[in-house]
Amino acid sequence: MSAGDRFAAAGTAAPPRPLDPRALRADVPLLAPDRPGGRIVYLDSAASAQRPRVVVEAMDEYYSTTHANVHRGIYAIAEEATRRYEQARAAVGRLIGAPRPEREIVFTKNATEAINLVAYAWGRHELRRGDVVVLSEIEHHANFVPWLMLREEIGVELRYLRLGADYHLDLSDLDRLVDGARLVAVTCASNVLGTVVDLSPIVTSARRAGALVLADGAQLVPHRPLDVRALGVDFLAFTGHKMLGPTGIGMLWAREELLDAMPPFLGGGEMIRDVRLDGFTPTDIPWRFEAGTPPIAEAVGLEAAVRYLEGIGLERVREHEVALTAYAIERLEAVHGDRVKIFGPAPDPLRRSGVISFAVEGVHPHDVAQVLDTRNVCVRAGHHCAKPLMRRLGVSATTRASLYLYNDEEDVEALVDALGEVRRLFR
Amino acid sequence: MSGLEDLYREIILDHYRSPRNRGELPTPPAHRVEGYNPLCGDEVVLYLQVDDGMITDVRVGGQGCSISQSSASMMSAAVKGRSIAQARSLVRSFKSMMSIHEQRLDGGDAGAGSDGTTLEVEEAPEPVDPEAMGELAALQGVVKFPVRIKCATLSWNTLSQGLDELETGA
Ligand SMILES: Cc1ncc(COP(=O)(O)O)c(C=O)c1O
Repeated sequence: MSAGDRFAAAGTAAPPRPLDPRALRADVPLLAPDRPGGRIVYLDSAASAQRPRVVVEAMDEYYSTTHANVHRGIYAIAEEATRRYEQARAAVGRLIGAPRPEREIVFTKNATEAINLVAYAWGRHELRRGDVVVLSEIEHHANFVPWLMLREEIGVELRYLRLGADYHLDLSDLDRLVDGARLVAVTCASNVLGTVVDLSPIVTSARRAGALVLADGAQLVPHRPLDVRALGVDFLAFTGHKMLGPTGIGMLWAREELLDAMPPFLGGGEMIRDVRLDGFTPTDIPWRFEAGTPPIAEAVGLEAAVRYLEGIGLERVREHEVALTAYAIERLEAVHGDRVKIFGPAPDPLRRSGVISFAVEGVHPHDVAQVLDTRNVCVRAGHHCAKPLMRRLGVSATTRASLYLYNDEEDVEALVDALGEVRRLFR
Repeated sequence: MSGLEDLYREIILDHYRSPRNRGELPTPPAHRVEGYNPLCGDEVVLYLQVDDGMITDVRVGGQGCSISQSSASMMSAAVKGRSIAQARSLVRSFKSMMSIHEQRLDGGDAGAGSDGTTLEVEEAPEPVDPEAMGELAALQGVVKFPVRIKCATLSWNTLSQGLDELETGA
């Protein structure tokens, strides 16, 4: 199946056909079956995905034909660069159902910067000593540290949604926790457990309490359809490199009126209307938050990634991942259940993603990953930038396999096999 | 298979499965020192009992991967009953074993790692005779896996720090 066929399939009303992960792997140079040194079994897309050729080609083509700085040039290629950059903004907005992407999507360096943008521009401006921000204990450090910094700096009070025994957030105390809060900042999906957070009760509770909601979409936007209006959140942060795009570009979506009321984040070129010796006037949103030369080629690559995902259809990606995750968990338990413990919720079409963290009894995660590497099976071992969660789980690290659209049962079998090697070595 | 046997020698796995000198010593009189590898969370806690310049007892606590924990176990066995001076000399030999091989591997300057992996060796590494290292020579396979060198050197750096603290009375 060519990329063209897949794009042609988009938007048809027919029930989604299952993905063909092998055909998708053929789109991704790094996953070539005839790679010298052997095919890579890539099970680390939660850390960063492998981009299809079309993404790199789009960036190449942009640099070869179009590049100039944006928002300044009068000449044709500069206008074209600006158009391509803004077109990427529109594409990203379309993907998440943003009502006015041209005003509401801010390009950042990554999801981390998007969250920091909210903490700095909104948080420093709005929050006072004693104001409450609610987080969960399963957050990535990117959604902990900016708020811990505000705690040190301003004295905001942090409260935490806890993890339940079923590896879902315990929402039994939600209303009490959220009562009086200014912001609830919570992930859409855990990068460790594969837990997909049910945001709707959280949003309802936050609304009632008059709190805003920031959702960290880094692990969800790449994997299933998401609509910010339906979600009802106020801020959504996500990152390009986990959704088949290039590194160096992330996004913040925010409701227009919130963004409009926020003071600038970084200062410099691009973000001003006027600069005088005694002051400056910031420009309109979203450029107010994009100081300096932005990641233009990255935006072009990102747009290609968005089109690629749209061409395939995120609903099909979700269905594929749900089925493959159930398969992987079943195989891990059937073959290695006596020595492998999975940290995460049971398979579920809506409430579980393809991130599978586990422990092999008596073997440290780094040793597991090292042995798997000799079979070209790439998994991640460590704390996954979620140290509070590691403490909660009572481990210092886990081994994590994460699935994406180009993975299939063959990859899962390679993992299951290689774990056999781990067990033989560490009897 | 890709040098796995070099990394996971039987003797390393044996020290990992049955670590020597595991436990704690009362402080004081023993000196307690902790080492931590923030990259992968490996943790070593050493208890050093030093009397008249001799390391009369060592205990090891902490947790981490097979390389960090087996290296700590081997280290404890190697320095127990030695003088501080002998222990320091062993630390130097061990660390140069870890860096010499890396230099050879990279075919050049080993001091370039941005994570400081190889910058730990302050002096120019002296050639080390693996024969003289005894069991510890089993760990030289680690140098083929540069990210794991820090795991192997963790307990040795912790020992150095502990000896420094003892000698300066900190
Ligand atoms: C849940 C979550 N949030 C935020 C991030 C940060 O993404 P980035 O490193 O691209 O800023 C990650 C990825 O590492 C993540 O998994």
